[in-house]
Order: sequence, then structure tokens, then C-alpha cells
Amino acid sequence: MSEEKVIAAVKFGILSPDEIRKMSVVQVTSPETYYEDGTPKAFSVMDPRLGAIEPGQVCPVCGNTMKACPGHFGHIELALPVINVLFVKHIYDLLKATCPRCGRLKIPPEVFEKYRRYLLKLRERHPYLAKLFAENIKRQAMKASVCPYCGAKQPKIRLEKPITFYEEDPETRDKIRLNPREIRRRLEMIPNEDLELLGYDPKDARPEWMVLTVLPVPPTSIRPSILIETGIRSEDDLTHKLVDIVRTNERLREHLASGAPEIIIDDLWELLQYHVTTYLDNEVPGLPPAKHRSGRPLKTLAQRLRGKEGRFRGNLSGKRVDFSARTVISPDPYLSINEVGVPVEIAKVLTVPEKVTEWNIEELRKYVLNGPYKWPGANYIVTPDGRRIDLRYVRDRKSIAESLAPGYIVERHIKDGDIVLFNRQPSLHRMSMMGHVVKVLPGRTFRLHLAVCPPYNADFDGDEMNLHVPQTEDARAEARILLKVQNHILTPRYGGVIIGAIQDYVSGAYILTIKSTLLEKEEVVELLAAAGIVKELPEPAILSPKKYWTGKQVVSLFLPENFNYHGKSNISSGNLRCDDINCFWDSYIVVKQGKLLMGVLDKKPIGAEQQDSLLYWLCKEYGVETCATFMDRVFRLFIRTLEIKGFTLRLDDVEVDEETRKQIIDILNKAFEKVKDLVDRYVRRELEVVPGRSLEESLEIKILEVLAEARDRAGELVVSKLSPINFAFAMARTGARGNVLNLTQMMATLGQMTVRGERIWRGYMGRYLPHFKRNDLGAIARGFVVNSFCSGLSVTEMFMHAAGGREGLVDTAVRTSQSGYMQRRLINALLDLYVEYDYTVRDSTGSIIQFAYGEDKADPSKAPHGKLLNVERVIERVLGGAM
Amino acid sequence: MSSGNGSLNPSTIDRIVEERLSDRLPKNIVEEIKQALKRFQLTEESLEKIINEVEREAQANMVEPGEPVGVVAAQSIGEPSTQMTLRTFHYAGVRELNVTLGLPRLIELVDAKKVPSTPLTYVYLKPEYSKDREMAVKIAQRIELTKVVNVTLRIDIDFLSNAMVLTLDADMLKDKGVDVDDVIKALQKSIKKAKITQSSENPYQIVIEFEEAIDPTQVEKIREKILQTRIKGVKGINKVIIQRRGDEYVLVCEGSNLVELLQFEEIDHRRIRTNNIKEIEAVLGIEAARAALIEEILNVLEEQGLDVDIRHVMLVADMMTRTGTVKAIGRHGVVGMKSSPLARAAFEVTVKNLVDAAVRGEVDELLGVAENVIVGSYIPVGTAKTRVVYNPYMKE
Repeated sequence: MSEEKVIAAVKFGILSPDEIRKMSVVQVTSPETYYEDGTPKAFSVMDPRLGAIEPGQVCPVCGNTMKACPGHFGHIELALPVINVLFVKHIYDLLKATCPRCGRLKIPPEVFEKYRRYLLKLRERHPYLAKLFAENIKRQAMKASVCPYCGAKQPKIRLEKPITFYEEDPETRDKIRLNPREIRRRLEMIPNEDLELLGYDPKDARPEWMVLTVLPVPPTSIRPSILIETGIRSEDDLTHKLVDIVRTNERLREHLASGAPEIIIDDLWELLQYHVTTYLDNEVPGLPPAKHRSGRPLKTLAQRLRGKEGRFRGNLSGKRVDFSARTVISPDPYLSINEVGVPVEIAKVLTVPEKVTEWNIEELRKYVLNGPYKWPGANYIVTPDGRRIDLRYVRDRKSIAESLAPGYIVERHIKDGDIVLFNRQPSLHRMSMMGHVVKVLPGRTFRLHLAVCPPYNADFDGDEMNLHVPQTEDARAEARILLKVQNHILTPRYGGVIIGAIQDYVSGAYILTIKSTLLEKEEVVELLAAAGIVKELPEPAILSPKKYWTGKQVVSLFLPENFNYHGKSNISSGNLRCDDINCFWDSYIVVKQGKLLMGVLDKKPIGAEQQDSLLYWLCKEYGVETCATFMDRVFRLFIRTLEIKGFTLRLDDVEVDEETRKQIIDILNKAFEKVKDLVDRYVRRELEVVPGRSLEESLEIKILEVLAEARDRAGELVVSKLSPINFAFAMARTGARGNVLNLTQMMATLGQMTVRGERIWRGYMGRYLPHFKRNDLGAIARGFVVNSFCSGLSVTEMFMHAAGGREGLVDTAVRTSQSGYMQRRLINALLDLYVEYDYTVRDSTGSIIQFAYGEDKADPSKAPHGKLLNVERVIERVLGGAM
Repeated sequence: MSSGNGSLNPSTIDRIVEERLSDRLPKNIVEEIKQALKRFQLTEESLEKIINEVEREAQANMVEPGEPVGVVAAQSIGEPSTQMTLRTFHYAGVRELNVTLGLPRLIELVDAKKVPSTPLTYVYLKPEYSKDREMAVKIAQRIELTKVVNVTLRIDIDFLSNAMVLTLDADMLKDKGVDVDDVIKALQKSIKKAKITQSSENPYQIVIEFEEAIDPTQVEKIREKILQTRIKGVKGINKVIIQRRGDEYVLVCEGSNLVELLQFEEIDHRRIRTNNIKEIEAVLGIEAARAALIEEILNVLEEQGLDVDIRHVMLVADMMTRTGTVKAIGRHGVVGMKSSPLARAAFEVTVKNLVDAAVRGEVDELLGVAENVIVGSYIPVGTAKTRVVYNPYMKE
């Protein structure tokens, strides 16, 4: 291994003609690139000295083969100077700010020194302000109409976009075109001190270098040609452009030598300027882009850097990586929350480099013996002298396994217990990429525990996820200590659990912990077996006639012995509301000394994305490891409960009886009456106007109110008649899935469909669909859906519903791009900030942003509910049962 | 000091808590502890235990040095914003006014827009005026911008008598609290070279007789000038709605103009608030702007039912206001001010940034995160911020 070098800093500047010549290995003069036989021509843009590009070819300059040769620059001596488009703005400013006769910056000599000193002082402490100050000096200089040094009257200089400069004579007002040679002459005259005052760096960026006299030719390795099947060579866009430049340049040189008329020279000069301009940037406004034969615009230098897929954002800020995999995900409730199921096929490709020591040599030999095609095996061996042996091509793996000795590195397949990073796009927060422990499984999908779906925002409708294998010991250590799923149970966004029970886990918890659940010994044992623990059963809650245990007793077995908690559960609302221990509905949870004494478990205490929950305090006070094992076990328990008891959603859960149906229709009819009345009053212009609104708007607001109220009342009606064991209702109440509105829409009525917050009216003239009369302002005609999902929608209703649904889709599509851009800006603005050891927040230059992070130094992911600490719980913990 | 059964008396507890914790913990927490401990009979021993536990807990809940709090803050605000509704208009208590909320408002805030798309001012009145509805109406009428157009039914041109005739709306006059004379006075100020009188036939008609003949090509211009003439009110306050909040009346104004509103005697200058951040910055200063920014961002998030820790919002606000002026999050603001050309080039307008850096001969010292990602070395936050070296020869 060669010596490791660290980049200390990057200095920017402009290449001077001398530098370009110095680093050049060949002067390019030939516009033809290949000989007839296909070998590259010397002195062309494909000159072999520009770098070895064929495998096996040895570079005539550095002697390396393709792999090691970095490529070398050549150069083109331009027959006449041309302007570098990228610097046009700066050239323009400089021409305006300096005197064309003496070349001095038009700043009066009496303030010059003062400005200079001020600028130097600013540059030291406030580089950004120095930039602004220099900008100001420039503007002041541009204003002067007489040179303060030589007294020459200043001509007006105009820039005709994109690259043509004109000078307007102050007296005769004649427009004279300035050619690049003249521009270069003027720029040469500007003294170094004056440039410094403008913030320019005369050492590495003399302004005359902005006018090109020598053009560097980049090495062939950055513009490789590709061979298409037919054997025809297709050159890179840059090569095409370079050939154009060489051809024009040579023609121009010949014409100059032969003393051709000026018009021809000027034409060619202009053409050369065009080619050089488009070579640098093919998207200059006001200039037709250079096109490929097929009509596709060429991708030249600036285009390679710019934009999302450009060099900077596409290749430097984000890089493609090895040791990664991607496939579809599917659920597996029998994994631990920090595991990921990896298909064997993937496990055979992803490897971990493991150093051979005397303690693992036997194991690694076995892997080597298994080879690359049998899991667990190995794909490569790296010998101590750095040789890489590809096990795919090794005939006799036995002998190579024998030759293994400490100091060798075996790149073995990943196996159970390895740590990997698991990720799902869009990676909106740090929980989108967490460390998981590998579990190699048959099948072709990644398997993950359902509780980690919320942080990844994943579901299993075809989502794919990525997996990365850290390759160094540091990376693995960091992943294990910081990135594991356990460490991300608490989100820094609001300091609550983001990993917790979802959907069926919540239903299961509810079913298990309601009072009516009594379990026989066999059932309890089955549940504990499912959870995977062996524990002494407590005294049964009911001893006679038969021994019965309650679900709460079973759950209590998993809680730490001195854990205390009390709080409301999700069902504590409406009729079942309870605010303290005196709770008839079992909706207030009390855990004392690790025993769940009362209250049902549902979304509030154990769900995902909850604050101040039972799960939260469990994680906070007993550590994330305890919390993770608790979840692993208890969630399996909940699932098994559902399997034993049965839980589903069936059609008659959302069916309403004839009488209720009548009542709903009654409610709706009354509302329609009201709407009709409103419309009548509107037609008669008697409707009271909402202040600040027009009559039409007032009508719409009132109708929407009436109809929304009608839907709510219909919803209340059906919900009030639901049996408590109705599965749909149970899910809505416990927070497992759905809400009262969903129930209403399934059972009673969909209600008013809206587009942009208005009733649906756009479509035909004066009506949404041709089924209605024109200018019908009634409820049905404007998108009120009377039917429920259960009773089925009529044809017109279906279209109304689709209109509302479409808006939702469009909305999401538009929103993601907007919020994505906002987040990119936020991250870019804040990414340098970190907390220093003195708890100040600083940026990368060390300036202080906050003197104490968040004013109290609290970490939002650790601080309960936005406060540094929860006083009550701390006291309670110390005083314990004494309270 | 201690009472009979060995427990400390409350004032001693207060003193000890104060001594031990006041320089380490925020004031409100210390206060809370003091309050909470009042409920217990504590011995010296158990108090000591509690204080130790409090210290331990506080230490455990602190940020770890090196934590990349900036990225965490950006993510904590960016991630929930994907869940926000795009709907621009929504009632926020006031049904009469449109208020921009949700994602558009959030973007507007981080953009540090000069004027929000729906500027709004809440004007509170001083206690002596705030209970009286009559008073509130009066003040509302005084601050609401009323132009001639607001009270005019129609405007006719009489070429014969070389005059324009305005017909005023009696209801609107009453509503806005102005009379015909006010209108005439206002017009006299703005229209020169014309005789302005009340019509003899109709008390609600105003006749403007011009001295010079009306140029038919200029009619539109003149009419516009007449209609846009300000009768009374504060510039920028286009609509005022009176709302009852608790036992007082609050004026909710569409538009904002702090400078002028603050001059009103009756207005409580301590409680007046607007959602125009730039105006707050100009009138009340950068600290007020920071506070307003935090409050506005939190309001937007809260209204959408999204929970975000205030610390993240504070960091964003601090970053935006740290130079003393409100800077946008973007290439014209915070990012554009970065000293590293590579970081700027990697964000937006790549080529321009590189060219400018070349001309200035800038040096990228590779101090920030983005630059180090580009050159492929360790980023200077988190675990890579610290260098731990093991010295096997060092003795205990």
C-alpha cells in the first residue's frame, strides 16, 4: 500500500497559458483522429500520449497500463485568442471598472489605500463581508466617467449577450466592436494591486487568462469512445467538440499565414469562438446549442458538472457503492425487531473481510472450502502481500484453505449475527437507515419485523429496500453501537417511541388485556411459548371452579419488577372516558411494581409514534435493550392471542339494519330540505351574507356546514348502535386501524365530496355530469354521496367520489416534490452544525450559533416531552412505594 | 432546623435545592422541583437521594457533544412536512379571512419572504378599551383602510358639464364610519384643479367639476385615481374583523403595518402581533423576529397536528437570524453565505460558484460536511469529530 495522503485544502484558480503548456504532453494539431486501420493518430485529440485507454496498452508518457495511468493533458495553441464564456461576467465587470487607456481601477487614489486596508481587515474576520465590500468597490469604479489617474474620458462598454463586447466612444458615440485580442490587451494592463481591491486573486487568476490563447485538451480517459456491436466507434461529445475546435483552429491558422481577407478571418474567428464556447458550456443563453448529428444537444463540460445527475450532486455528494443489495421486502413477525432476513442468494454475494487469526482460522478454512457458491462460504482471499485470490477460479480450494495463515484476509459471506445497514427511500430522517443483524433465510425477499415499518414508512405492497455491509472494523463498531434499531426506538423529532405496536399488535393487545379474557393454563402456556420465555406462572386470578389467568397477568410477566406507570388508554374517550384510577371502563392503565393492575393495552400505551406512553417509560428507564426484548416477546404474544381468539373484519360488521337505514335517510333528507331552503333563499337573494364573503360563497359555506353536520350525525347514529365486540369498531377504538369517519363512510354515508374545498361543480356547463339539470345547486347534483361503501355507490356518485379521490393523488404528487426541495435546502443550510464539548452549537468554521443547545442542553430524543427531565417520575423513582 | 421526626422543613428544602441545582439546571425545572417536593416530608437522606437522581437524570438527558444537531433539526422539520396537506387556504379561527397554512406557509417562512402571501395582524387593545365593543368598532373603523372605491356605488362621467359624478353607497358609508364630507375632503386633497361639491339632487352624490376639459384618453386614469383615494385608515390594513376572545375584543386585520399601528394610543403595543417576519425585524428588531419565526413555524406544524420539538425550530430560526438580518434558507441566504466553494457548488448553481471561486482564488479549507463528503474523507461531526488515541504507555 502506498502512503496515505490527506487532502488539506483545495485552491481554486485559473490556468495560465504557461501552466497549460507546461502540463501538456502534446500539442494537438490534427483534426483527423484515426488512421485507416483504426489506430489513433498522433497529434490528434486521440493521441496515445494523452493516456492509455485500451486494456494492455502501455502509456508512452508514464509507462503505466490502463488501470494505473491517470491520463495526461494536451493542448491546442489557438491561432487567435477567444473569450472563455464562463468568465464573461467578470470580463465585463473588469472592462467597465478599469480605464481602457492606463488600465487602472477607477478608484480615486486618495481612498485607494483606505479601501485596501479595510478590505484586508474584513477578509481576516468576515470573509463574506469582504466579498460584498469588494463588490461595492467594483460598482463604484464602474460609475466613474473620467479616469482618476490619466484623466481619460471613459467609453461606455456594452455586452451583447452572450459574448460580444462593444465600446461606445464618449464623443462620436460610435459603436466599436472589441475583439478578444483587444480585450486581452486591456486586461493585461490592470495592475495586481487594483485587482486585489476587487477581490480577485492576481497570483492564480490574472484576468487576461480569462481570454484563452491556449486550450487544454483533457485526457482521453475522461472522454472514452464506445464501441457499438457493429464495430463502429462512437466518440464522446467532448471529443467531437475538440475535433471541431482543432479543425477550425487549423483553418484559421492557414488563412492567417496566407494573408486571407479580413472577412474570412473574422468569420473563422467567430466560428472558433462558437466552438470553444459550446465546448465549455452548451447551454449559454442566446447561443444555439451545438447538436449531435441526430439532433441531440451535446453534453459538454459545464453540463457534466451541473444538476442532479451532474458530477457534483451525482458523483461527489452521493456515490455508488459496492457491498449493497436491494430486493422486495416482506414481513416476518418471528424475527427480532433488530434483525433482517437476508435471502441466501444475496448472502452469497455480500462479503465481510475477516482477518485470519489463530482463533478463527478453522472456521475461515471451512468457509474457503465451501467456496463462493455454497453458503456460508467465501468469495476472495487477500494474501498478506496484497494479492487477491478469486475463489471462483480456484481449482483446488482444499490446498488454498490449508495455506491460510494468520495475516490473510478472507472475504467471507455474511452470516447470522453480522451487522448491516438497512434503508428505504426516501431517506427523510435518520431512522430511514438503521443497523440490523443479519439472519440468513431461504426465499428471495428481505424480511423485517413489522414494528420497524413506521420508521422506514414501509409497507409490503411491493416496497423494495437496500442493504449495505460495512467493511471496516470502525464502521461495524459504529453500526453496532449507534445505528442498531434499538437506539432509534426514541425519535429525536418529538421524543416519543417511533417503534411500537401497529395494527394487529394493537388489536391483539386489546383482546388479550380486556377484562373478559380469561385463559386456562394450557392457553397461558401456549402464549408464553409463543413469546419464548420460561417463567413460573403467578397465582391464577380465578381459582375455582377452574383455574383461570387474566390477560393482564400474562402481560405482567414481561414487565420489569419495579416498573410503575399510569396513564390513559386510547379507548378512553367519549363514553369510556376515564381520567383517574376510578375507572369503570378499564380505560385507565395502572402498572405497579411490574404488575398491570388495570386498564387495557392499546395504541396509547404501547403503540408506535406515541408520547409519554408505557412503552416510552419502559425504554427510557430500563434501557433500549430491555425495551427491544419486551417488544419482541410481547408482540408475538399479541399475535398468538389473535390466532387463538380469532380476529377479522367481515361484511356484517359494517352492515346496518333496516331501521337504522331509515333513520340515516331521515337525517339526510332533513339536511337536503335545509339545503333546498338555503338555495331558495339564495335565489330570492334573501340569504344572510357571511361578513367578507359574497352571496355565492356564503351559500356554499352554509351548505357545506349543513351537509357535514348531517354526515356526522349519521355517523354518530351508526356508531352508537355498534356492539362493543364489533371488530371494525374495536379497531377504530383501540387505534389499531381506521377511525370513526371510516366507519361512517362504510356504514352510513360517504358524505360530501370536495375538490379544492368546494363542492364539485366543474364539468359540463352549469353541472358536473349530464345526469343533472343545469344550475342545480342541490346536494346530490353537487357531489353529496348518499350511499355508503357497504350499500354501494350509484353511477353518478362513483364519478363524484373519483373526482375527490383524484385530487388527493395529485396533491400528494405535488407535495412530495415541494417538501423534498425544502428539506434539501434545510439540510444543506444546517448540515455543518454540531454540539461542541462546551454544549455550544457551532458551525464548521467554529462560530457559535447557540450558546447552549436548545437553551437547556436537552437532547430532544432523550428528554421526556420536550422537558429536560420529568420531575414527578424522578421523585417517584427515588421514593418508590413510599408515595 | 429539622422538625421532630427528622424531616426537613420546606424552606430548608428550597434552600438546599437552590444551592445544589440552580447553576446546573434551567430555572423552571428547579422551580418545579421545589414545588413538587413541598408535598413530601423529606429526611436529609431522601432529599440527597432525590437531588442526586435529578442530577443524574439531567446529565443523562443532555445532548452528547458532537451530535449533528443541524441535520437532526432539518430532518425533524422536513420529514413531517411530507405529511402536510397542500391546501393553501384554511380557516384559522376567523372564517372571514383566508390564512395560508400548511406546507406553503412553511416554505414561505424558511424562504424569509418580504411579505407573506396573507399578511395578518392581531391588534389587542389596552385594558381600558378592550372590554367595550363600541370602542373596538370605533378603533377598527379608524385603522381600516377605506378608499373611495369601498364606498362608491357607481361613477359616471358627464362630458357636458365636464364633471364626474360619484354615487356613494349609504350602507357602506355607515359600515365604514365615514360620511360624505369625509369623502369630499379626501378627494379635495388628492384631486387638484377641480371643484368638488355635494350634489343638490342627491345627498349621496358627489360632483367633481374639472377646470380643464377632460381628456377622453385620460378618463381611466382619473377614475382610477379617484377610486384609489384614501379616505381614512392605515395603509396596508385592508380589512378589520372584530373578534371576541375571552372577555375582550381583538381586532384581526388583513394586512400589516406595525409602524403606524403602534402609534395608536388605544392599541396595546405589547401584545400586537403580525405574521410578517420581515416587518417585525424592521420594526422590533432581530430578537423579536427570531421569536416570531419560532412561533410561526411551530404554529404551522401544530395546526397540522404534527409534533416537532421546539429545539429543532429554534435552531433553524437561530441559523436564519444569526447575521442580524433574517436570511432565507437557500442559495440566497444561509447556504450562499458558506465559505466553502465546494459546498456551495454542490448545492445549487454549480458552475457559477466554481468560476467565482476561481476568479477570487478562493481556498476551500475542507472544514464542513459537504466538502469532506466530496473529497471522500471523514465528516467533521459526530464520531469523526473526536480523535481518540490509545496510549499504551500511559500510567493510571
